[in-house]
Amino acid sequence: MTKSEGAALRTSLMERKDYLMIAEIVTQGARVLDLGCGEGELLAWLRENKRVDARGVEISGEKVQKAIARGVSVFQGDIDQGLKDYPDNAFDFVILSQTLQEMRFPLGVLTEMLRAGKRAIVSFPNFGHYTVRFSHLISGRAPRTELFPFDWYDSPNLHFLTVEDFVALCRKQSWTIERQVCLGRAGEVRFCRNLLTEVAVFSICRG
Amino acid sequence: MPFNVETQYVRFPSLLLDCGITLFDLQVAYETYGTLNERATNAILILHAFSGDAHAAGMSLETGQPGWWASMIGPGLGIDTDRYFVICSNVLGGCRGTTGPSTVNRQNGERYGMNFPVITIADMVRLQKMLIDSLGIRKLLAVTGGSMGGMQALQWAVAYPEAVAAAIPIASTARHSAQQIAFNEVGRQAVMADPDWNNGDYYDGKPPARGLAVARMVGHITYMSDASMRDKFGRRLRDKDAFGFDFSVDFEVESYLRYRGSQFVNRFDANSYLYITKAMDYFDLAQGKASLAAAFDSTQARFLAISFTSDWLYPTYQSLEIVSALRGRNVNVAFCELRANYGHDSFLLENRQQAEMVSGFLKSVEEDLARQ
Repeated sequence: MTKSEGAALRTSLMERKDYLMIAEIVTQGARVLDLGCGEGELLAWLRENKRVDARGVEISGEKVQKAIARGVSVFQGDIDQGLKDYPDNAFDFVILSQTLQEMRFPLGVLTEMLRAGKRAIVSFPNFGHYTVRFSHLISGRAPRTELFPFDWYDSPNLHFLTVEDFVALCRKQSWTIERQVCLGRAGEVRFCRNLLTEVAVFSICRG
Repeated sequence: MPFNVETQYVRFPSLLLDCGITLFDLQVAYETYGTLNERATNAILILHAFSGDAHAAGMSLETGQPGWWASMIGPGLGIDTDRYFVICSNVLGGCRGTTGPSTVNRQNGERYGMNFPVITIADMVRLQKMLIDSLGIRKLLAVTGGSMGGMQALQWAVAYPEAVAAAIPIASTARHSAQQIAFNEVGRQAVMADPDWNNGDYYDGKPPARGLAVARMVGHITYMSDASMRDKFGRRLRDKDAFGFDFSVDFEVESYLRYRGSQFVNRFDANSYLYITKAMDYFDLAQGKASLAAAFDSTQARFLAISFTSDWLYPTYQSLEIVSALRGRNVNVAFCELRANYGHDSFLLENRQQAEMVSGFLKSVEEDLARQ
C-alpha cells in the first residue's frame, strides 16, 4: 500500500482499526468476499485501490442498498447462506471482520470460509484484554468496557474468545496462521498480546 | 425533464423460431434515448414486461404519453440518458409495432391470427439481437427489465454471453411456476371463452373485448398486493352509501378493475395476450441443462437481481434461485430485496432505492469494462 492510499483508508475507515490491517493483507487484483460487509466501505476501498473483485454478504437490506449503490456487489442474506452456494476456492480471501463472536457456530463458519476461500481473514475483539479482566474481577458482573460496551442481555456477542483461544483453535484444526496482527491502544502489540490486544487480525489457511 | 421521442421501425428478412418455423419479413418497433458513444460501449437494452411496449421513456410525439418506465430512464435518473444510449423495442408477438398475430402476413395478405407460430422468450431475444446488430452495437453495457423483461435479460446473458456486460433482472424468475402458469391460463381461457374471439379470427369484426377485459382484471389483481388494495380501495363503495342489492358496481375495487379491463382492450390485442403469456409459461432457463447453474456456464456478465417484499406473483425465492445458481458458478451477482407495498407493480413505480442501486451498479460495470 502506498502512503496516500493508506492515508485515504485511514480517513475513511477511522472507526475500524482492523480495516487497515485487512486492507494491507489483501493482495492486488484478488477475489474477495466480505462477510457482514455493512455498507461496503472496505470493499469499495479495496475495489478502488487494490482492483479486487469485491463481493459482500450483508443481512440488512438498507445497508445492502447503499453498498450496491456505491458499486459493490453485495448479496442480501445471512452469512451461512452467503457462503454455501459458492464452489471451493472461489475466493482468494474471505473476510470476517469483528463478527466471529456473534456467530452461532463459529467453527462451522470458519470451516466454510476456508472451503470457499483459499485464505480467511478474521478479526475480533479480544476478551482477554486487561480492562475486561479487571472489570469482571472487581465488579463480579458481566464485563462492560469500551471494547465490550453492551449489557449482557442486550449484546450481539455470543462468544467471548481471546487471542490465545483463537490460536489454540487454529492449532487444533491444523490451520496455518500466515499473518497475525494484534492491535492495542498504542498500535501494534509486541508482548503480552493476550492482555494488551484490543482487536486481533488473523490471516489463516488450510494445512 | 420530459423529452420527446418517436417510435422507429426496422425490418428484417427472416427469423428461425424455436418451434422450427421461420417467420419472414418482420418488423420491430423501437425507441432510443441518449447518444451512442464512438466505441458503442454505452448501450443499455430495456426489456419490457408482458403488456409493455417500445415506449419506455420520454414523451411520445404520437400519443403525448410518458413512457412506461419514465421514472427510471431519463437525464439524471437511475438509467441516465446523459450517460447511456438506451434502447427499448416491442417484443416479438406483440401488438405495438413489432410483428405479432395481428400483423398482416405479406405472403398471403391476411392477418396471422392463430396462424402465427408459437413463440418463446428466446425467440424474442433473437429478434432483439438482430436489432442491436443493426444499430452497430457489439456489446451491451447492460440488459434490464422487470417481470417478463427480467426473463429476457436472463436469456440474453445466457444466449449471447459475449454481447452482454451486465444483466439486471427485476422481480423476475428463471422459470414460470405452476401458480404463474395457472394465472396465465385463466387469462387465456377468459379470452378464448368469449364468442367474439372466433378462434382468433376477429380482426374484421368485433374483438373479444369482454374476455380480454376479464383476463386483464385477473392480471391486475396479481400485480397488486393485499396491502396495496386495502390502502387503495378498502371496502369503500363506489358512488353510493349502501349496497345496491344487485350486480352493478358496489365497491371501488370493482369499478377500478372494470375500468382497467376496458382500457386494456383499446390498446392490446387478444391474440397477443395468448401468444405472449404462452411464451412466458414455456420459459425455463434450465431446460435441457443439468441444472439452472449449468445454464450460466458460459455467462461472462455481472448480475444485479432485485425483488420486492410484497410481490407474491414473482416472489423473492425466485430471484434467490437465480442468485444461488449464479453463485454456484462463482458469477459476480448482487442481490437485494426491497421493501415495497405495491406488489409486483413495485418495479414500475418511482422507487429511489431501486434507481440508486441500478445507477451505482451500472457505473461499477463501466469501471470494470474500462479496466479490461
